[in-house]
Amino acid sequence: MSDATPKIRIRGLKKAFGPKVVLDGVDLDVMGGTSFVVIGGSGTGKSVLLRCILGLITPDAGSIEIDGVDVTTLSPRQREPYMARIGMLFQNGALFDSLSVWENVTFGLVAAARAGHGPRITRAQARMRAGALLEQVGMDPAVGALSPSELSGGMQKRVGLARAIAARPEILFFDEPTTGLDPIMGAVIDGLIADCVRKLGSTAIAITHDMASAQRIGDRVGMLYEGRLIWQGAPSTLFSSGNPVVDQFTHGRREGPIKVDVRN
Amino acid sequence: MNGILDFIAGLGRAVLDIVRMAGRVALFAAVALSHMVRPPFYWRTLWGTLVEIGYFSLPVVALTALFSGGVIALQSYTGFAQYHAQNAIAGIVILAVTRELGPVLAGLMVAGRVGAAMSAEIGTMRVTDQIDALSTLSTNPIKYLVTPRLVAGTLALPFLVLVADILGVLGGFTVCVMKLDFSASAYITATIASLKVMDVTVGLVKAAIFGFLIALMGCYHGYHSRGGAEGVGAATTAAVVAASILLLTFDYLLTDVFFSQ
Repeated sequence: MSDATPKIRIRGLKKAFGPKVVLDGVDLDVMGGTSFVVIGGSGTGKSVLLRCILGLITPDAGSIEIDGVDVTTLSPRQREPYMARIGMLFQNGALFDSLSVWENVTFGLVAAARAGHGPRITRAQARMRAGALLEQVGMDPAVGALSPSELSGGMQKRVGLARAIAARPEILFFDEPTTGLDPIMGAVIDGLIADCVRKLGSTAIAITHDMASAQRIGDRVGMLYEGRLIWQGAPSTLFSSGNPVVDQFTHGRREGPIKVDVRN
Repeated sequence: MNGILDFIAGLGRAVLDIVRMAGRVALFAAVALSHMVRPPFYWRTLWGTLVEIGYFSLPVVALTALFSGGVIALQSYTGFAQYHAQNAIAGIVILAVTRELGPVLAGLMVAGRVGAAMSAEIGTMRVTDQIDALSTLSTNPIKYLVTPRLVAGTLALPFLVLVADILGVLGGFTVCVMKLDFSASAYITATIASLKVMDVTVGLVKAAIFGFLIALMGCYHGYHSRGGAEGVGAATTAAVVAASILLLTFDYLLTDVFFSQ
């Protein structure tokens, strides 16, 4: 494989839910070790794009290659080794209520060991590892004993991040990592994400509405509009893209090519 | 004429919906059961669910069985006393409790308590992305969430029904001896004489099937819930209603199979 092969390569990705076309031929290349941020309005298919790559939603057409292998053609069992290389931070953390924080953080490690995809790990080792991971995201290891419901939104995001990076994944996905957080906590989470991605050398895709977050996390940014990636560029050009759709979105203007239907 | 055609079309659509739903549920159950023989196995989840169903449902099942046994004894006495057939009451109580009241009442109580809880828990996991998170963490959600619950439901309900059988008979005994002045030894002798292993066994078989159906409905409706809190509420209601209807339907079918000859 040449160095020029993208870690993630998407071609002609399409997905519709009934008559509503959400993705209409998305093409995207993400090079290894880089971070790509997808911006776009609510309901434009950003989360659907991530879920298609993760295999949580089956696309109607198109290909999704990871390291040159089209994962859309694989059976769920064949897909498992690829999934084990991916970490995901969900929008609301998606922590398991019935487990303690430390069990959440090491859930993937224990599950991978059970499934034979990772080294064996005892509960005591898992707890130690959870403590180290919590420290890595700026939390006191003692938090591990708490239940997720006892944590604030920002803390839940950090625990979610610790869980996402626990298996040292080659690929990381972030679904609106700063949504619902105050600007300072948003900046803290963005800093942790950038730090983790850099230290792990992972390839990352993040989706967000938050322009400041996009600039802090991304090496490149793309805008999803009407089912396609209509623009890609460096984060520094986000506010001066020259594309009227992107300009309207990034500047939050009411007037422009994007028509907002306030009735629906 | 159009009204009749509309009615027939509506009926057809409803039948098709039911058939489609039955197919989806059967497929869901088959996938979940196929995970029983493929590792990894989630023993902690299985044990936790067994305790939740088998232990924490004991008070509600015990009280229901105790009072139902008492009611059967009282109602039987009211009717049988007119024909001086009070001696048959012990037999009626044990027959009704072991064959029907034990499995059906325990099943309905567990459907209301555990089926609803399973649906709400899994439904909440669905709408808060926890089920998707499981998939991203090398864990098959059906294997982790559904299979242990189906096994636990199937194993725990027979135990509860056994307890319900004993307490139902005790309820009848207590009413007959304490309120209706029956002889305790005569009642016990009549009860033992009427006790049939076949009745108890069939009751326990029914219980295992009911336990499976209750867990299946709770998991299926929770797993497919959509649309936030309202969706979870609707899934919970659907789980309890579907489990109750299925339970009574299968009760009839199993009674027909085992006792119609």
